[in-house]
Amino acid sequence: MAVITVERKPLSFLERTYLPNIAAGLATTFKRMVQPSETLEYPEVRPEIPVGYRGVPTLVYDPHGREKCVSCQLCEFVCPPKAIRITPGEIPADSPNAHVEKAPKEFKIDMLRCIYCGLCQEVCPEEAIWLQNQYSMTGLTREEMVNDKKRLYELGGTLPDTHFKWDKKKAAEEAAAHGGHH
Amino acid sequence: MIAAPKPDLVTVNIDGVDIAVPKGTNVIEAAKQLQKDVPHYCYHPKLTVAGNCRMCMVEMGMPAVDPATKAPVIDPATGKQRINWIPRPQIGCGTTVAPGMHIKTSSPMVKDAREGVMEFLLINHPLDCPICDQAGECKLQEQATGYGRGYSRFIEEKNVKPKRTQLGPRVTLDDERCILCSRCVRFSKEIAKDDVLGFVDRGSYSTLTCHPGKKLENNYSLNTVDICPVGALTSTDFRFKMRVWFLKQTNTLDIESSVGVNAVIWSREGVIYRLTPRRNDEVNDTWMSDSGRMLYKQVAAADRLAAITVNGAPSGLDIAINAAAELLKAGSVAVVGSGRASVEEQFLLKKLAEQLGVSAALVARTGQGDTLLISADRNPNVRGALVTGLISALPAAQLTQLAADIDAGKVKTVVSHGEDLLAAGLTAAQLAKVSVIYLGTHANATSAAAKVVLPTLHTFEKAGTFVNQQFRIQTFAAAVPGPQGATNDLAVLSKLVVALGAPATASDVQALWPALAAAVPALATMLYKNIPETGLLLDATPWASLPFVEGETLKFKPVASALTT
Repeated sequence: MAVITVERKPLSFLERTYLPNIAAGLATTFKRMVQPSETLEYPEVRPEIPVGYRGVPTLVYDPHGREKCVSCQLCEFVCPPKAIRITPGEIPADSPNAHVEKAPKEFKIDMLRCIYCGLCQEVCPEEAIWLQNQYSMTGLTREEMVNDKKRLYELGGTLPDTHFKWDKKKAAEEAAAHGGHH
Repeated sequence: MIAAPKPDLVTVNIDGVDIAVPKGTNVIEAAKQLQKDVPHYCYHPKLTVAGNCRMCMVEMGMPAVDPATKAPVIDPATGKQRINWIPRPQIGCGTTVAPGMHIKTSSPMVKDAREGVMEFLLINHPLDCPICDQAGECKLQEQATGYGRGYSRFIEEKNVKPKRTQLGPRVTLDDERCILCSRCVRFSKEIAKDDVLGFVDRGSYSTLTCHPGKKLENNYSLNTVDICPVGALTSTDFRFKMRVWFLKQTNTLDIESSVGVNAVIWSREGVIYRLTPRRNDEVNDTWMSDSGRMLYKQVAAADRLAAITVNGAPSGLDIAINAAAELLKAGSVAVVGSGRASVEEQFLLKKLAEQLGVSAALVARTGQGDTLLISADRNPNVRGALVTGLISALPAAQLTQLAADIDAGKVKTVVSHGEDLLAAGLTAAQLAKVSVIYLGTHANATSAAAKVVLPTLHTFEKAGTFVNQQFRIQTFAAAVPGPQGATNDLAVLSKLVVALGAPATASDVQALWPALAAAVPALATMLYKNIPETGLLLDATPWASLPFVEGETLKFKPVASALTT
């Protein structure tokens, strides 16, 4: 095999003094000193959450305070790590939401199992389960890491609704009861 | 057995394939034999044809003949007889096959017809699948996937009809979901003979309702829920309990009576949610009684036995078996078997009785038969005890012989396999005189008085076989695990037999069957795994002279069975 000898270019006088490189390095250092900080003083300072962020799954109320979940159990079915467990129940006949008939008796999401994939939100036919801004879940026991129905509604709160399909259903029923259109 | 006369066969051509089917078959059933699905709602194989849903449209044609000479008209292009296709689609359910009939089940016209029917059916459908119990087993969902357009062109107001109506103690009606197929109406009239359902009002106001002042409360009302193709009729017991797609299906048998209705257990993670019938044209068609369906509640009942006890104190299985063996070895033992136990358990109990040198007694349970699917004999497996030789005569309801023997001091120990001796005619005083070894599932007076209590498994928790009133041996499989502390009956019985000095026997159904087949002449040629889903008829001639209590039921005639089986 032929050997090719490469001649090393000799350093110039300035290069031999190292001064230009030192100056360039110091320039970067001083620039960073006056620039605004890139890091956050977490946890005192919290980051801005972008729109569409997939945080902890939560349950939400509609603007009239009705719990939107009807416990159809599709999220339980689709959940890849089987983190969701629902006990379905019936809405009592004297409730203002009796026309919805069905609501969860218990709803549990095991956050030790959840992989934040968002399939539950995607599959929900009632737009009741949302992955919202909450990203930090901590707990000292395994039980603490299971969000029950009460906690899920605390985390979820109320989200705007564009359909109000159950209200329309109730209005149609009431109109029919008062001799309106069938 | 008299061979059935060979049915007249008719050759029809379905989607280009010739098939010979019995005369009188309709197009839906003929197509089914070719694995071609003709979607339908109102047609049900066990009910009369109503032809009102219009979903089963097919294209139909007959071979062309010259009207004058009756000579076949040959198509010059193909050299075959020309087919005169009817220009409009026909309903498959109401069309009986005729020789040479040609059918198209998937032509563009048929597809158009189905899509049109689906669009009309969905116009007034509430689309509340998220809260509908039928979701997952709904024909409307299935056909909408195949023939629905995916969006609605209907912008007017939908119908409002009664919702959450209690039709009876076990059935809830949602009229908005009803597609007016009339299956439930026909079932009530033709099978249950309780004609309480019907349609009132006309056009889009047409509503399924119960006759004023009456209720859908006959003991077969839940069959209307099974046959409802949509979510209009739902079971009040199963309402909002669990989604069907989570449930595992296990084949089982109705334990209510000796009819041996084929059933399916629907369970999830060891919890049974419902029991539904399984089609067996020789036994129960597709029906089942409501009372039989509710028996799954026994499994999770509060009075289930779950602790092995000796003299009232909690104990372990081997200690209890040894304690029982001590009592048995002392002699003067009586064995009370059960008509609710499986053939395999009765076989092992017979071994135990033989080991002790005694014969076993059974307790008869009788009630009024309903001429449909509940027979007078409320024990599911008395004939199993006859077949295995556990008993040789029909049992009595009262254990008078045992009571007399106890009074005479001839019996010191009684082994009871799930039978409450007090309910079977013994007095508390007689029970106090003897040591009782009780194998059973539920607590009762006998288990409370027993020296040794060995909790065992419920029928739905174990595998086995029953012999029904037709002497048809049918299998059931384990659906859910038993409660902690309960042991399989076969394991307990085989341990008891071994403790009395007999050679070891198998303690699970599959392994026990070779020994069972070798010892029982009527079962000599079969194995558990070879028994088909519809069961096998046994030769009943050895027991033909016994005065069985059963009257006529749906597929059973007492006298005829004695002659032909």
